[in-house]
Amino acid sequence: MISLSHYLVLGALLFAIGVVGIFLNRKNLIVILMSIELMLLAVNTNFIAFSHYLDDPAGQIFVFFILTVAAAEAAIGLAILLALFRNLRTIHADDLDSLQG
Amino acid sequence: MTFNEFVFYTFSAILILAALGVITARNPVYAVLFLVLAFFTSAALWMQLQAEFLAIVLVLVYVGAVMVLFLFVVMMLDINLDRLREGYWNYLAPALVVAGVMVAVMVTVLGGRYFGFGEMPAPPSLPAGYSNTKELGRLLYTDYVYPFEIAAVILLVAIVAAIALTLRRRRDTKRIDPARQIEVRREDRVRVVSMPAEKQD
Repeated sequence: MISLSHYLVLGALLFAIGVVGIFLNRKNLIVILMSIELMLLAVNTNFIAFSHYLDDPAGQIFVFFILTVAAAEAAIGLAILLALFRNLRTIHADDLDSLQG
Repeated sequence: MTFNEFVFYTFSAILILAALGVITARNPVYAVLFLVLAFFTSAALWMQLQAEFLAIVLVLVYVGAVMVLFLFVVMMLDINLDRLREGYWNYLAPALVVAGVMVAVMVTVLGGRYFGFGEMPAPPSLPAGYSNTKELGRLLYTDYVYPFEIAAVILLVAIVAAIALTLRRRRDTKRIDPARQIEVRREDRVRVVSMPAEKQD
């Protein structure tokens, strides 16, 4: 019998893998964006699991909106990445220091 | 092991392996392809949770549009992979500590032993003829109609922002401004000169 906690633990593992991905690929902007997608996927899985086990479709509505915002975020993030690459010829995170932060 | 358990464990294993592939793949193109695999297996898991509409949306919209956009961008960029991989494993220890603590905490809380998530009863099986898509559509157009419109505005803003960020005007194009073009009157361009014909000797 698959219980709610099976899905929640799966979501936790997926989220942790996304966090590790951001640590490891800290120089590669595009893989950082993909790690963020992984973390969003984990959150969406949690929402859907709760929606199923509590028998409340509102959780699925939330996933719908998260997918919308994630698509917008991916489009803008990739556009920024392209603009950066066109100007600097690099996506290396260490080269993006023009703000002297 | 029931069939449901078999499906859950198989797809979860594929999902975890694909996620690990995303963060460790050397070539970003392979990373994107692993992410596509992760989305497909997630869609299967969501299907098992009876969220059919969102499972299909994940495949059609996410894999079909967003991931293809990622692939386009990855293939357009000409990046120096060796430099991006320098010191790749340097931060493995802190990353594993952070992730390990996170997973340990969440498994303790959510693992079903202490807080009763394990005993949560399975939901009642849905009646025949129940449509997940219909139910979601009803909710979206009644209770959540204003958030739905805001989502539409967010997508519009994303379109405008993406175009504004990547649009570039080239200096050497011979572009004509239509507004100035239609302002031209005939008198500015054409002048009729009446000249008497000259006699030839």
